[in-house]
Amino acid sequence: MNTLQRVLALAIKELLAVLRDKKSRIVLIGPPIAQLIIFGYAATFDLNDIPLAVYNEDRSVPARELVARITGSPHFRLITAIDHDEQIAPLINNREVLLVLHLGPRFSEYLKRGKPAPAQVIIDGRNSNTALLTLGYLRTIFTDFNIEWSRQHGLRGPPAELQIRPWYNENLLSRWFIVPGIVGLLTLVITTIVTGLSVAREREAGTFDQLLVTPMRPIEILIGKSFPGILIGLVEGTFILLMAIYWFEVPLRGSLGALYLGMFLFLLSAVGIGLMISSLAVTQQQGILGAFLFLVPSVILSGFATPISNMPEIVQQMTYVNPLRYFLVILRGVFLEGDSYALLFNQYWPMAIIAVVTLAVAGWLFRHRMN
Amino acid sequence: MTPMAAKRMRLRGMVRKESLQILRDPSSIAIAFVMPVVLLLLFGYGVSLDARNVPLAMVVEQADANTASLIGAFRHSEYFDPRPFENIQAAQKAFDLREVFGIVWLRNDFSRRLLSQGDAPIGVIVNGVDANQARITEGYIQGVWQTWLGDFARSQGVELQVPVVLEPRIWFNAAVRSRNFLVPGLIAVIMTLIGAMLTSMVVAREWERGTMEALMVTPIRIGEMVVGKLVPYFLLGMGGMLLSVAMALWQFDVPLRGSFWALTAASALFMLVALGMGLLISVVAKNQFVAGQVSIVITFLPAFILSGFIFQISSMPYAIQVITHIVPARYYVAILQSLFLAGDIWPIVLSNSAALLVMMLIFLGLARRKFHKRLDA
Repeated sequence: MNTLQRVLALAIKELLAVLRDKKSRIVLIGPPIAQLIIFGYAATFDLNDIPLAVYNEDRSVPARELVARITGSPHFRLITAIDHDEQIAPLINNREVLLVLHLGPRFSEYLKRGKPAPAQVIIDGRNSNTALLTLGYLRTIFTDFNIEWSRQHGLRGPPAELQIRPWYNENLLSRWFIVPGIVGLLTLVITTIVTGLSVAREREAGTFDQLLVTPMRPIEILIGKSFPGILIGLVEGTFILLMAIYWFEVPLRGSLGALYLGMFLFLLSAVGIGLMISSLAVTQQQGILGAFLFLVPSVILSGFATPISNMPEIVQQMTYVNPLRYFLVILRGVFLEGDSYALLFNQYWPMAIIAVVTLAVAGWLFRHRMN
Repeated sequence: MTPMAAKRMRLRGMVRKESLQILRDPSSIAIAFVMPVVLLLLFGYGVSLDARNVPLAMVVEQADANTASLIGAFRHSEYFDPRPFENIQAAQKAFDLREVFGIVWLRNDFSRRLLSQGDAPIGVIVNGVDANQARITEGYIQGVWQTWLGDFARSQGVELQVPVVLEPRIWFNAAVRSRNFLVPGLIAVIMTLIGAMLTSMVVAREWERGTMEALMVTPIRIGEMVVGKLVPYFLLGMGGMLLSVAMALWQFDVPLRGSFWALTAASALFMLVALGMGLLISVVAKNQFVAGQVSIVITFLPAFILSGFIFQISSMPYAIQVITHIVPARYYVAILQSLFLAGDIWPIVLSNSAALLVMMLIFLGLARRKFHKRLDA
């Protein structure tokens, strides 16, 4: 038998080992699809229907107009109008509303006399990001109101105006950022699950020793063991990619080839890490523990939800060994920024190095870790 | 021996067996104590939504005192790291290479229009790929702009006419520190993982090693077996939980405004839910491989994405909001965020605890029902 035949035989055996068990098949196919749909909709920072209470002590026309602008915005939803100070705290504390807008009795009087009229806003800061975003939405509404009021009443507007234009994601849709990230996230989870236990399980069952006494060389075992992870990762990755484009309608602006090169390198490095964990583990429980210990930080510290640039320097340096970090840049770059090979070169080579190192270590461990 | 005494003895024996098993395989102890510390340290520092020193390209086509004061306003802001560029092309190149997050562009007629017509445009481009970061940055830029407008008007000896001023008061977290809400949420995510991991394989392991058959021939009842398996892991998990709370308080300076006892009680309840979930997985899977796969798939990502820990549940589509109700971490996150930051808000604590109680009964009840003392089942 030549090398190719041996590798192929092992690859098929490995694939069967993963797919043969019905429960295992369901775990590999069902949840990723369900999670893609659920997370695609759930994982968004965009806020809509922010519950709001209005405490308006000034029944004048401008006050009502300002309130109408806010309640008419799709971002806010009026829950209740209140007329006492004491009503504010319970509403906010019990999370019935996220914010209370308070206009004092002399609001319009100030406004008409040209004195700055205060509009007090009390925001629930338990989720500080939501609080900041809410404040941002409010600021836009207030700025528009001020510009219009100044124009109608012949006031000088501000001498310089901000013209902010977001690029690549003009309407700042959070989904365009998150859904490409989910492609990377789920591909990583699937690959790790497939490979993370493959050696540990055989070691526990004793079949790995049998594999080692066959004429197969470690490199052949390595290729055969990598095969199911890469194949399943590619198939599911492609499926998730298609869903991102056609179901979630995220624009794909760059080169698909550049994306797939990235995906292939990413899968190689993920499989390498998975096999390394798996060959280090003596029992399946340790394998699962290892897979978890790798998966959780690599998702949370990948830039998937919170930017890497916000992390302290030392944590940022740790993320350099995380393949998901690079793949996320590639995904978002190709989807939104229209990137091609050249711009992504700095994302490719670190993944290639991670892949080579981890696969080599895994191959070495095959023979050298025996108990 | 009375039936009660026999029951106590069997239970004690089971607890002892499980405890010994934990002690002999130190990986459980590592999961319960080392993991929360390591993960909380890593994530507590690593997960942050507060942007600091955002690199901004500054393009000033004609420099003078006015542009200098505006650039100075950016330099003084803790949020920005302004970097001068010769022209817009150079700035754009840096923008494309992701070296800067945005560009501030003052064209050569800036000062003229500022002083004569009073309609000078400040062109700002931000990278919108990360929409959340872009919005937050826009907010910071607006803040710098408003400060500068006030300074500029004062320097001209005029009063800036602002019709309505927004006076925000942010309760519970006046400094808007994202860590204050992320760290309590992280405790919920980490505890979900630990609870499920501790137990998800314990029963499956017995089946695979064949020791389940040995257990079956003992007089132990199913209920006792469930309790016996839970007690040691519960104690371990609570130890890890206390460690996490201590770190939140002293390492990350998150204030605890609610009572410690409410926190402990809610945590104990949640720990039982998480352990029950793991136990149910391992009873149903009967195979460590599948149990491990399932616990990875159904614990971590749902707790991360659907719990309200980072993504606001009320902004999700209605159907997804309904789904979040089956994620136990959702209730615990709500309790923790309120207990830590707002205080003992009983309507929130009690309603979410009630939901946790129901989930605990369901998980443990199902685990007990599916747990057969039969070989063919």
